[in-house]
Amino acid sequence: MIAEAGLIALWLAASLALLQLFLAFAGLKGGKVELLAAMRPVAVAQGVLTALAFALLITLFLRSDMSVLLVAMNSHSAKPWLYKFAGTWGNHEGSMLLWVAVMGVAGGAVALFERALRRDTHMATLGAQAAISLGFYAFLLFSSNPFARVDPPPPDGQGLNPLLQDPGLAFHPPTLYLGYVGLSVAFSFAVGALLTRAVDAAFARAMRPWVLGAWILLTLGITAGSYWAYYELGWGGWWFWDPVENASLMPWLAATALLHSVTVLATRDGLRAWTIMLAVVAFSMSMVGTFLVRSGILTSVHAFAVDPERGSFILALLAVYIGGALALFGWRIGSVREGAPFELVSRETLLVVNNLLLSVILGIVLIGTLYPLMTEAFGHKVSVGAPYFDRIAGPIALTLMIAMAVGPLTRWRRDRLPAVGRRLVIPATGGAMAAVFIAAVAWGRIGPLPFFGLTVAIGVGIASLAPLWKRKLLRTPLFTWGMVIAHLGCAVSLAGMACDSAFTVEKLVAARPGEAIRTAGWTLRFVKIMPLAGDNWTALQADMAVDRGGRAVMMRPQSRFFTSPPTTTSEAALLTQWDGQLYVVLGEEVEGGRWQLRIWWKPFVTLIWFGGVLIALGGALALVGHERRGWLVKWRSRRAVA
Amino acid sequence: MRRILIWLPLLLFVAFIGLFASGLFQPDDRIIHSRLVGQPLPAFDLPAAASDRPGLSSEAMTSGQPRLLNIFASWCVPCMVEAPQLMALKQAGVAIDAIAIRDARSDVDAFLARNGNPYQRIGLDARSAVQIALGSSGVPETFVIDGRGRIAYQHIGEIRADDVPTILARLEDAR
Repeated sequence: MIAEAGLIALWLAASLALLQLFLAFAGLKGGKVELLAAMRPVAVAQGVLTALAFALLITLFLRSDMSVLLVAMNSHSAKPWLYKFAGTWGNHEGSMLLWVAVMGVAGGAVALFERALRRDTHMATLGAQAAISLGFYAFLLFSSNPFARVDPPPPDGQGLNPLLQDPGLAFHPPTLYLGYVGLSVAFSFAVGALLTRAVDAAFARAMRPWVLGAWILLTLGITAGSYWAYYELGWGGWWFWDPVENASLMPWLAATALLHSVTVLATRDGLRAWTIMLAVVAFSMSMVGTFLVRSGILTSVHAFAVDPERGSFILALLAVYIGGALALFGWRIGSVREGAPFELVSRETLLVVNNLLLSVILGIVLIGTLYPLMTEAFGHKVSVGAPYFDRIAGPIALTLMIAMAVGPLTRWRRDRLPAVGRRLVIPATGGAMAAVFIAAVAWGRIGPLPFFGLTVAIGVGIASLAPLWKRKLLRTPLFTWGMVIAHLGCAVSLAGMACDSAFTVEKLVAARPGEAIRTAGWTLRFVKIMPLAGDNWTALQADMAVDRGGRAVMMRPQSRFFTSPPTTTSEAALLTQWDGQLYVVLGEEVEGGRWQLRIWWKPFVTLIWFGGVLIALGGALALVGHERRGWLVKWRSRRAVA
Repeated sequence: MRRILIWLPLLLFVAFIGLFASGLFQPDDRIIHSRLVGQPLPAFDLPAAASDRPGLSSEAMTSGQPRLLNIFASWCVPCMVEAPQLMALKQAGVAIDAIAIRDARSDVDAFLARNGNPYQRIGLDARSAVQIALGSSGVPETFVIDGRGRIAYQHIGEIRADDVPTILARLEDAR
């Protein structure tokens, strides 16, 4: 019954989306903005129904209802409850239902909470959101039904990929999806504004919190995904330039650019067409990413059940939505007035530089990701790996970081170059001193990119705090704090990346119990190796007593064997210190009772993710800051009226 | 200028859609083509891997007639699976040489006693050096070598019954 109820909820939600689209059409055509009042409950009900359908699917997974095909294919009754729960979205159909649910709930939220937008634009926005949702409802209902039954039901399920059986699965995909799909709101806003010719500062102020919200979640999702891959895959790396990673990075790059250009539009009424374009591009990148992953045209570690029919379906959706939005852009943007002009030396210029550099990086990642596909169309097979991305995108990213240091220290509209230079003296001095120090300590050991990376990180780190100088910290607006912390987070993250690539020490040994291994100042005593039984796995666990002069700590890397489905995974053991992480992976047994061990000492690697969290925190502070200001203004004006 | 810029994104996007569609509808091609096809065999001279067969050198493979070079090992299960097909090829008059990877003579003898011996010469590649030079990534693999000692074809994995006609055809092509 639960599965049928879920399916009915989905069909109802789809019909409501159709109604919502119709109401928007009728309202805009006939100039009846009062229809917005009717659209609101429709959008909210749609959100509730999609959330309900998703909750019902979770229930099916939790109850291990093997009469549902999706559960039988991807779950197993012997799994711990957390993985039954998180396994709901560890597969194609379930994750598409999550996609639709996020889209529905986001649409409901726009209907419920958005008050600043012009009413006709609001209607058009909700109409656009309904139109996109309709395509994904159709995709789900016609080619990826998560609630399909199987008759007769199998005695038990096929289990979940053991790599996914990790608490990371409970956190990373939902957060990422909230951000990824949350960008659909920005897309709908852009379409709504184009339809009603409402591209102006007020529009930008209304759109900003939605962009910011999605961007914060996307940042957290990517950070979590990176850390998860780092410790679960056991390869010691934190970013692999895999197509799926790129698929999440590209919307993030576009959304980051959008976040800054929408600020220019909200504050100075500039960059109108560009902001609209970015809003379209950001969610388009989410959809393109989904297509690349789900159609199987690119090879990736995130393999989904690949099906050409589904690929064609998503391709058709892409063509309609992105093509439609871009055509609308071409048709309507000509009638949008040019925004306010600005001087060459101004914060606006720096933000344009930020946008251009982010777009260039986006282009580099897009080309690198699609290049194998392009050459294949001409009969060659190539793969594009980290060297391309690092060498091409790295220097541009460093330039971007420098622009990020200068931007907040430059005034809006017009500034004087010498004045900006004076404000940069201290950060530049700090960066130069850091460069001398690093060169003195590590010359010859450090490559050019990590060297500049570390130098820039320190200089930019200092510069990012500069907007707080000579200010009363408690009276500084929350969104300034947000900017400072987010920029500091970028510097911190960059420092972690540079340290990891410059100073990581790797050691591959074969050792037998009783032996001791020395590397990077650490002593690892291989105490013993023991079998171990877990919930739905057995493992071989090595006990390593680890110290660097002080008290020894036990590290326990495992090699795990899962029975359903039969797979081996390695569970790395990590020891986090203030100055880095020790990372130990247990490999296979080699002759003579010795075991392969892979040991990394990664100085300051944790800064990468700490920086990511800071960036998201900065975003959250900016969001609260902007919103609170809105509430204060409203409250004061209400009091004034009273 | 502005007009062109405005429509540029749509044009780019249409190109991408074309690219995606071509990628989507292209038949899935998972065959790996060796870069060594057309190249001469790397030079090697290996000791005998079995008691009753001589060792193998690259020169010996330049006999004027096309031959098969089978990469196998006594410890390899798929190699047992392909043994009947190799015997059938031998019966059809094909000359087959072999390289045993990371093996021991007694093990090879036992393997050949159990599964039949289709080989004329067997070289022992104790450290996989020749295997790596050949660009072979595992066992079993089979190369078609033409009369002048050049690699004409590489078959990755075990030879199944329905692969035999292909291999015979490749041998004929290499003649």
